[in-house]
Amino acid sequence: MNQIVLETRDLTKHYGDFVAVDKLDLTVRQGEVFGLLGPNGAGKTTTILMLLGLTEPTAGTVRVLDLDPARQPLSVKARVGYLPDQVGFYEGLSAYENLSYIAKLNGLPRDEANRRIQEVLTQVGLSDVTNNRVGTFSRGMRQRLGVAEVLLKRPQLIITDEPTLGLDPEAAREFLELIRRLKAEGITILLSSHLLYQVQAVCDRVGFFHHGQMVLDGTVKELSQRVLGGAYRIHLEASSNGKLEDAFRRLPGVMQVNRAGPDAYELEAQSDLRAEAARTVVERGANLLSLNVEMPGLDEIYARYFEQEVDNVVAA
Amino acid sequence: MSLQLKPANLPQVREGSPWTGLWAVVSKEMADSLTSVRMLILELLIILTAAGTVYGATQSLSDNVSQDRFIFLKLFTTGHDPVPAFIGFLGFLVPLLAIALAFDAINGEFNQRTMSKVLAQPIYRDALLIGKFLAGLFTLALALTSIWLLIMGLGLLRLGIPPSGEEVARSLWFLVLTIFYGGIWLALAMVFSIIFRQPATAALASIAVWLFFTVFWGIIADLLARLLQPVQPGLPQTVLAQAQLQQILTRLSPNTLYVESMVAMLNPTIRSLGLVLPVQLQGAVLGAPLPLSQSLLLIWPHLTGLIAAMLLLFALGYVIFQRREIRA
Repeated sequence: MNQIVLETRDLTKHYGDFVAVDKLDLTVRQGEVFGLLGPNGAGKTTTILMLLGLTEPTAGTVRVLDLDPARQPLSVKARVGYLPDQVGFYEGLSAYENLSYIAKLNGLPRDEANRRIQEVLTQVGLSDVTNNRVGTFSRGMRQRLGVAEVLLKRPQLIITDEPTLGLDPEAAREFLELIRRLKAEGITILLSSHLLYQVQAVCDRVGFFHHGQMVLDGTVKELSQRVLGGAYRIHLEASSNGKLEDAFRRLPGVMQVNRAGPDAYELEAQSDLRAEAARTVVERGANLLSLNVEMPGLDEIYARYFEQEVDNVVAA
Repeated sequence: MSLQLKPANLPQVREGSPWTGLWAVVSKEMADSLTSVRMLILELLIILTAAGTVYGATQSLSDNVSQDRFIFLKLFTTGHDPVPAFIGFLGFLVPLLAIALAFDAINGEFNQRTMSKVLAQPIYRDALLIGKFLAGLFTLALALTSIWLLIMGLGLLRLGIPPSGEEVARSLWFLVLTIFYGGIWLALAMVFSIIFRQPATAALASIAVWLFFTVFWGIIADLLARLLQPVQPGLPQTVLAQAQLQQILTRLSPNTLYVESMVAMLNPTIRSLGLVLPVQLQGAVLGAPLPLSQSLLLIWPHLTGLIAAMLLLFALGYVIFQRREIRA
């Protein structure tokens, strides 16, 4: 197992009577992309601020890179890059000047700073607008500049808050591509979002946040197993004499079979049973017309989970 | 055997120095204010005022250059109808300049969404706040010093004689006083920029406080003195007590402190800033100038008061800022 980069135990934050974060246990290992998901006001940003030592926890412990953010904030902040949601810049200054200020705050010597600024601007594809005022930048360019700013300190851990909010699809795709590249370089990334589709595309593991608690966490596959039962949905079309349905039911691992049309079936299974299903069709002498598998998305898991929650509450 | 109170791996105090990154903040903020249009306008205004008033002063002064020992100091204090003296303008130009430097210092960072990003760098909040304040103070000092040099240069050209050592020393003290007077308004505007989310509200609040002290405080001090220390017929000491109370009250205003100390610095013949009874004047040579050290002694409480007010306001802002939640 990789080294633990970030760990919280019973992390709690109260604002007066309001409990923003409630006994949170969170572990992120090196090289992972972890997605913090949840509706607005679920406590994601508060958690992030506590991880950075920008807000003091009411109770519980936080370790980031084996440091305590409340007691060693400078060491933590020197190693952790933070990209807030809708990151702001000094509008009147150029991209270079904005980065140069951050480099100075990080105590980088001038030559080193210059070298790194060129490097990160090239990395995010902004090297030809280095001396343009940030006021003229588009939302997507700002987001990339934000990433450049974070990369400037060569962080071991990057924390981003709603990074793709307000980006057009192309910019969002580019941003996610950038996240993948960073992961390939061995940087651990924690990202918070409520845009599930995008999170699913890049995250190794996700955690669902609800009312300050982490209600679910694991890989997307694990979650769909836990929430939806079957993780795979197989769509199959076969012309037959009508006895296929029972045969499918008998396959090990199949949880449910539905008829979706005269010749169409829908199988819910715990694993990818396409090969077995195809064999069944052929063995029965039927014609296989089409076969594909659909892995449930986070959207579905999320929706189903909160549906169940509501049912539970109503039942109780 | 050494006595170890705290385990080494569990630091109980915060690591590092609150000054980390201070100079990065100071240089960035100074560069910002020195290049901003807002500052350019105000500086132009002050330079025009300085040039205009000094030109006017030299017109009135050029007749008696040879007779006056402190002709250079008169550059600051002499008006030429209809233009009032330079110090008359400074009383409101300096607060304006200081407020313009700081009214959006903190809330501007919040509104631009740069606050959380800056504080996520390896610095403490202290560095940001102190850095912004120092940058404001340095900018103020830079602007005022260049105006001081301009006036001295203009004086040299127009009067045709060099200033004496004492004149230079006195006008330098005047410069120091002015900078700290500006520092008060800088600190005040910064406090409001922490309290109010909108820069416009902070600017208006600062100007309201300044107006209050400039226009209304004198009237209120007078009323309060009458109320608290009424004059009783036949008791002359009550008249004295009322006047003293009134003076104490008016000195709560930084404007009064500044004007009094400025006048004492630029006019060496001023021997006292308080009430003087005829009996105390016995044997005094009226109109004889005080040496610099005595004038300094005279304004020392004022200068201390100005600096203390500035530090108190800054401390207030510091406490509020440290308790502020960073999330917007």
